[in-house]
Amino acid sequence: MSDWKVFCRVDDIPVLGARRIARTGSTDVAIFRNSEDKIFALLDRCPHKGGPLSQGIVCGDSVACPLHNWTIGLDDGCAKSPDAGRTQRFSVTVDGGNVLLDVEELTTLALGPTLIPAVAALGAETAVAERPAV
Amino acid sequence: MKKMKLVMVGNGMAGVRTLEELLKIAPHLYDIAVFGAEPHPNYNRILLSPVLAGEQTLEEIVLNPLAWYAEHGIRLHLGKKVVDVNRARRVVIAADGTEEYYDRLLIATGSNPFIPPLPGSDLQGVIAFRHIADTNVMIETAKTHKHAVVIGGGLLGLEAANGLMSRGMDVTLAHVAPWLMNRQLDDVAGDLLRKSLELRGMKFRIETHTQELVGGPLGRVTAVKFKDGSETPADLVVMAAGIRPNTQLAEKIGLHCLHGIVVNDTMQTVTDPRIYSVGECAAHRGIAYGLVAPLFEQGKVCATHLAEFGIGRYTGSATSTKLKVTGIDLFSAGNFMGGPDCEEIVMSDPYGGVYKKLVIQDDKLVGACLYGDTVDGSFYFKLLRDGRKIGEMRDKLMFGESHLGDAGHQGQNKAAAMADSDEVCGCNGVNKGTICKAIKDKGLFTLEEVRKVTKASASCGSCTGLVEQLLMFTAGGDYSAAPKKKAMCACTDASHQEVRDTIRAEHLLTIDSVYRRLSWRTPNGCSSCRPAVNYYLISTWPKQAKDDPQSHFINERSHANIQKDGTYSVVPRMWGGTTNSSELRRIADTIDKFKIPTVKVTGGQRIDLLGVKKEDLPAVWQSLGMPSGHAYGKTLRTVKTCVGSEWCRFGTQDSTRLGIDLERALWRMYAPHKVKLAVSGCPRNCAESGIKDVGIIGVDSGWEVYVAGNAGIKTEVAHFFVKLKTAEEVLEYAGAFLQLYREEGWYLERTVHYVARVGLDHCKARVIDDAANRKALWERLQFALDGEPDPWFEFDKAGVDARQFQPVGVL
Repeated sequence: MSDWKVFCRVDDIPVLGARRIARTGSTDVAIFRNSEDKIFALLDRCPHKGGPLSQGIVCGDSVACPLHNWTIGLDDGCAKSPDAGRTQRFSVTVDGGNVLLDVEELTTLALGPTLIPAVAALGAETAVAERPAV
Repeated sequence: MKKMKLVMVGNGMAGVRTLEELLKIAPHLYDIAVFGAEPHPNYNRILLSPVLAGEQTLEEIVLNPLAWYAEHGIRLHLGKKVVDVNRARRVVIAADGTEEYYDRLLIATGSNPFIPPLPGSDLQGVIAFRHIADTNVMIETAKTHKHAVVIGGGLLGLEAANGLMSRGMDVTLAHVAPWLMNRQLDDVAGDLLRKSLELRGMKFRIETHTQELVGGPLGRVTAVKFKDGSETPADLVVMAAGIRPNTQLAEKIGLHCLHGIVVNDTMQTVTDPRIYSVGECAAHRGIAYGLVAPLFEQGKVCATHLAEFGIGRYTGSATSTKLKVTGIDLFSAGNFMGGPDCEEIVMSDPYGGVYKKLVIQDDKLVGACLYGDTVDGSFYFKLLRDGRKIGEMRDKLMFGESHLGDAGHQGQNKAAAMADSDEVCGCNGVNKGTICKAIKDKGLFTLEEVRKVTKASASCGSCTGLVEQLLMFTAGGDYSAAPKKKAMCACTDASHQEVRDTIRAEHLLTIDSVYRRLSWRTPNGCSSCRPAVNYYLISTWPKQAKDDPQSHFINERSHANIQKDGTYSVVPRMWGGTTNSSELRRIADTIDKFKIPTVKVTGGQRIDLLGVKKEDLPAVWQSLGMPSGHAYGKTLRTVKTCVGSEWCRFGTQDSTRLGIDLERALWRMYAPHKVKLAVSGCPRNCAESGIKDVGIIGVDSGWEVYVAGNAGIKTEVAHFFVKLKTAEEVLEYAGAFLQLYREEGWYLERTVHYVARVGLDHCKARVIDDAANRKALWERLQFALDGEPDPWFEFDKAGVDARQFQPVGVL
């Protein structure tokens, strides 16, 4: 059963920006707004090394992760080629300028603490690249 | 809806690559049919040489197995040579009568070997070196016959000769020019190559024209007769005298051909809008390219037009040759022969097997020829293409880019000598084995592709030479080429300079107006171009163009440094690296109050608080009560100082005071990249001024100013800029230099790269020699910085979106 709840107004999210829904004990959910005022929701975790996608740069219908610049599709949560990976997407709808998410999904999908397996396993010696050079 | 029909004539690398690009972007648009004259699926022709030499097998060089064609529903007509096209009926006709109807036709017939019209060239045992069939004939002949003659001492001829020799044949190579590979090498390098091959047993007839091929009673070649009357026995003759675009079919069906099938920038033939052509058979702006990279670039452009996207233009490529011939690395580019108006710098070590020649004209590198050690090839190629003045680096030029302070790959410069487990790219932790595997498995051919897939050399780029070498011996010889102009990113064809110039010339004030004016392909750019355009706007038109917070990388939006776990680090500003007990007490209290896990002193003499939660940032700033340290931005970071004459018994100048003054004058300064300064009070240079963007060293009589040093990926010692008497002058000169950099630098270009690009003389002329200009620059910087807010305390004025620190809901 869907359980839609209003979390904010469209205008509460910056154009080409994002806000977060904090989930106690689980990874946050990021809500994005693009230049056409379309709203998207993804788990706030890049499939690469767990970067918070809500802090990325939004362009068109994708977001660039702030850690290593992977590009993730806002619609499907899939990394753009040649990178491969997928992050959980959440249903989101807009009604009269209100942004609604399904609490059922928020409380059942992608639960658990912020897991960053790649980083945790490799530890501090993992070289972290700067963003690609121009 | 019925699918359109696309027919491709030719089943080689460029053509099939075009289909791959097309299938990627429009997988269901066409019903596709392919004709190939050879009975094989698409294979890597460049790797026929290793097959001949017995280093690889035919199966290994197949790029698209038959299953690939089947998977994409492509009707493949193998072994069927197309003999005619009826353009009125739009039908392609093969020799066996097979017909295919088309809506779009792609001609990718490649090139044919040039067979000199010699008597006896039709004898049995006389072949070219172009197809798998030729390779098989050579392999079989080597089993039963002894003597081979190769005619032509270019790349193909040498590889054929080398392969036949490794299969046990006695090989003589005849070449008409005075030295080997005369199109790619100068005489010295050509002779070095010949001598090295002679040591291995190859025989040469240099500057020798062939008279005729002599046949035996059974119609097989038995000898080659030369014009000087001499003769050499031959059971096999390989013709490797060059290639010509294969335009036979195109000419027959009335397409305009001139040195190839003439196409426009969309790879459409100029004669028939339904017909496109790519590859070695196509002549674009008068050039038929023979290297893989430009041909794949053509394929990509062609695919977007076949897909009816109507975007993308091929505007030609500047090419260099980087080859591995018989195990020897060679590189050449531009006018490597030199001439009467040229100067040459030559390094020759015949015993060590290394020779390098650089050709310079009008203070610019115009040509290069490298033998034995080619790791700096791409560096020279870039210099050559950019047409940069090389005057001030002339004394170091011969040693290339990697001679000094190159970090990240253990100083390696010979990829072949590295083990699979050795790290090539230290930024992204990519080892040699991973790169080679990706090149093989994913069919990569260009540096850009390797960067995309493996990330190797995609960050700092210092291992580019190594990655290129790996490409060379994994994917095959010739791959090197570059667009004539480097576009800012995939969103546009415009370069950084064009964007800067347009913003200034046309007084553009918004990102959207730039995108519209320069016909951006994407609605909001990408994470690479948008921050750059935003910076160009605010640096060109301060107080007029409005800064766009969403066009900043997260660090500059949250005014703290994002860490790998998503927390932030906070660095408060300490003027010139000085602090006091009340600041330290507040820092200590903040650490306790917010349970900040790690506290560290930075290289720039500041205190870094690591592991701060994003929600806590505003409260942490309030609690510290110190200005933002801007440790997160493309901004002035720190001015590092030594204690100077106030305390130090060696100090000659008050370096701490000057450091504080500089930092107070320049803080909040956005720049193309981060900016670090240092002031030392004597030549002992304890503040390490020699590796800073602007480094100042006090001497008894005043101050020495150094610029464009760097301590990062590439250690670069700063250049002496000017000697000044007073601290006021230092402020003006340093400020003017930095303003010049702010106005002219490309985004993410450090001062070291900026000065390398424009030349130190350019900066000296504008800042030192021209006093009025210096004062104007310094005033413009002060105008830009005047009233700039501290983003930690003036959210509204600094455009900080305070909503970002709070979630919209908590579950």
